[in-house]
Amino acid sequence: MSGIFVIEQALNGLQFGLMLFLLAAGLTLVFGVMDMINLAHGSLYMVGAFIAAWLVRLTGSFTLGVIGAVLLTALFGMVLETALLRSLYARDHLSQVLATFALILILNDGVSMVFGTDLPLSAPEALSGPVELLPGLLYPSYRLLILGVGLALALALYLLVQKTRVGALVRAGASNRTMSRVMGVNVERLFTLVFGIGAGLCAVAGSLLGPLLAVQVGMGENILILAFVVVVIGGIGSIRGALLGAVLVGAIDTLGRTLLPAVLREFLPPSWASAAGPALASIAVYVFMSAVLVWRPQGLFPARG
Amino acid sequence: MDSASMQSMRIQRGAALLAVVLAIAIPWMLHAFQADYYLSLASRIVVYAIAATSLNLVLGYGGMVSLGHAAFFGLGAYATGILLSEGTTSAPVHLLVTVAVTAAAAAAIGAMSLRTRGVYFIMITLAFAQMLFYLANSVKGYGGDEGLNVRARSLLGFGLDLKDGTTFYLLALAVLGAALFALARLVPSRLGRAVLAMRDDEQRAEALGFPTKRMQLLIFVIGGVFCGIAGALNINLQGYVNPNALHWTQSGTLLVMVILGGVGTVWGGVVGATALLLLEEVLSSYTVYWAFWTGWVLLAVVLFARRGLVGLAIDLTRRSKRS
Repeated sequence: MSGIFVIEQALNGLQFGLMLFLLAAGLTLVFGVMDMINLAHGSLYMVGAFIAAWLVRLTGSFTLGVIGAVLLTALFGMVLETALLRSLYARDHLSQVLATFALILILNDGVSMVFGTDLPLSAPEALSGPVELLPGLLYPSYRLLILGVGLALALALYLLVQKTRVGALVRAGASNRTMSRVMGVNVERLFTLVFGIGAGLCAVAGSLLGPLLAVQVGMGENILILAFVVVVIGGIGSIRGALLGAVLVGAIDTLGRTLLPAVLREFLPPSWASAAGPALASIAVYVFMSAVLVWRPQGLFPARG
Repeated sequence: MDSASMQSMRIQRGAALLAVVLAIAIPWMLHAFQADYYLSLASRIVVYAIAATSLNLVLGYGGMVSLGHAAFFGLGAYATGILLSEGTTSAPVHLLVTVAVTAAAAAAIGAMSLRTRGVYFIMITLAFAQMLFYLANSVKGYGGDEGLNVRARSLLGFGLDLKDGTTFYLLALAVLGAALFALARLVPSRLGRAVLAMRDDEQRAEALGFPTKRMQLLIFVIGGVFCGIAGALNINLQGYVNPNALHWTQSGTLLVMVILGGVGTVWGGVVGATALLLLEEVLSSYTVYWAFWTGWVLLAVVLFARRGLVGLAIDLTRRSKRS
């Protein structure tokens, strides 16, 4: 196993982690501020990816497609929040689970009605080649783009939440909703905005990961659970925690998936090693989360003091 | 107890008795109408009714929102399936191993999960189920991600074979009956009252000296075992099991059945499983997008029938009596 290979996989892990962060950021705020379990958050990721694939084919431009998808998905999220999800904030977690599970069914089939069960989406032509980062380390330029966009958005979100007035209101809401309402914050309107931003970030992740994974119905279900893992590990309602949790989960998942089979091959027959490696990597993520939940249930960076 | 509630109890008893008689008669009624095809649907409904009832015990009585209950369904199916594929066909052995495996798993998962509460309990049960889901994906020897196919079925002895549709249906119905009977008897028992006191106010129950955590763990294990038995039945019905049986969306579906039927009611699991599977069956004969319309029905239930179909039925009978 060469050092180059490990660096390459570490970059992949960071890149996947940043995309997870974009999903988890919206989820953790909905969870933390409104105490709402939104299982349909993964569906917004799917909706964003489909809109992007459709717009890219329509306009011929990847950039236009992604920007359009982000705006439309944000709008869709805000409509959804106002029309339905808002009435669920005051309900118990069970009702939220049932309602948002129903939304998954509706959106999965709704998307297949409109777009079909999958759409092709490929990386822009200009970014199809690799870039030489270090002597001997060729890295796909499209993955570099994802890395750059992810880092930029993480920084922008950090500044928005930590340095602006809106961010202060959101943090106040996450730490104590009742108190911030008493202090005169219009939590409802603030939250429609937050939900829209969360939906837009889902669309960024969906459309950027689309060419690497696949744009298909049901793509949101597995990644949603990973996003929940990130939220729980980082601490519900905490953006900082979501960023750290996402990078950790991305690293464990990607490194485990690629390095474990290589390690296992030393002990096991090759076909067993290649099957057990990814499974063990996926399991490791959940073992990590369970350990956090048992020993530090409030998460690594809790939002509530 | 006033006469109105006595009367409603008598109506409930009568309805339950009628349901039992009808349920037993289904294989012969279908045969008379030459609609034997629907026997496998009826069997599927009974199997899921067992699974949903077991989750209702955990959720509606134990007060534990588990989003990983399908893990036990899958474990039961895999335990029996692996025995079948290794050539062991004795049903008592299957039952014993299924109970042992699911009880051990539920005890371990429950003991760790019960250290948390609220949304954290939801998330940690989900995490354990996902671990088992990926484990099932990785066991290449037993099908891996393609799933495990079995030709043989559990042999009950006395020449009874679960390949026979009617035999299977009646056995599944008997298991469901046992589960419902146990649940109905739990409520007035000492343990049942303690459990309900704990569900309604855990701190108060603890202060009164009840061993709340141990009671919750017991309920969690019993629920897991019954769900495992449902899984063992299901592999006998379908002839295969794949890792998706343990996926979180399966756990979500079981939760949906319980909430749809009525959380914390004896019949909630049965009503929810029947309603959801019948809805699927009817809608899918008209459209491939049946899940779309199912979703809208579920949304309507969340918004307008907050206590599920059983609660809705109780409200409607009360209202009709008043007018």
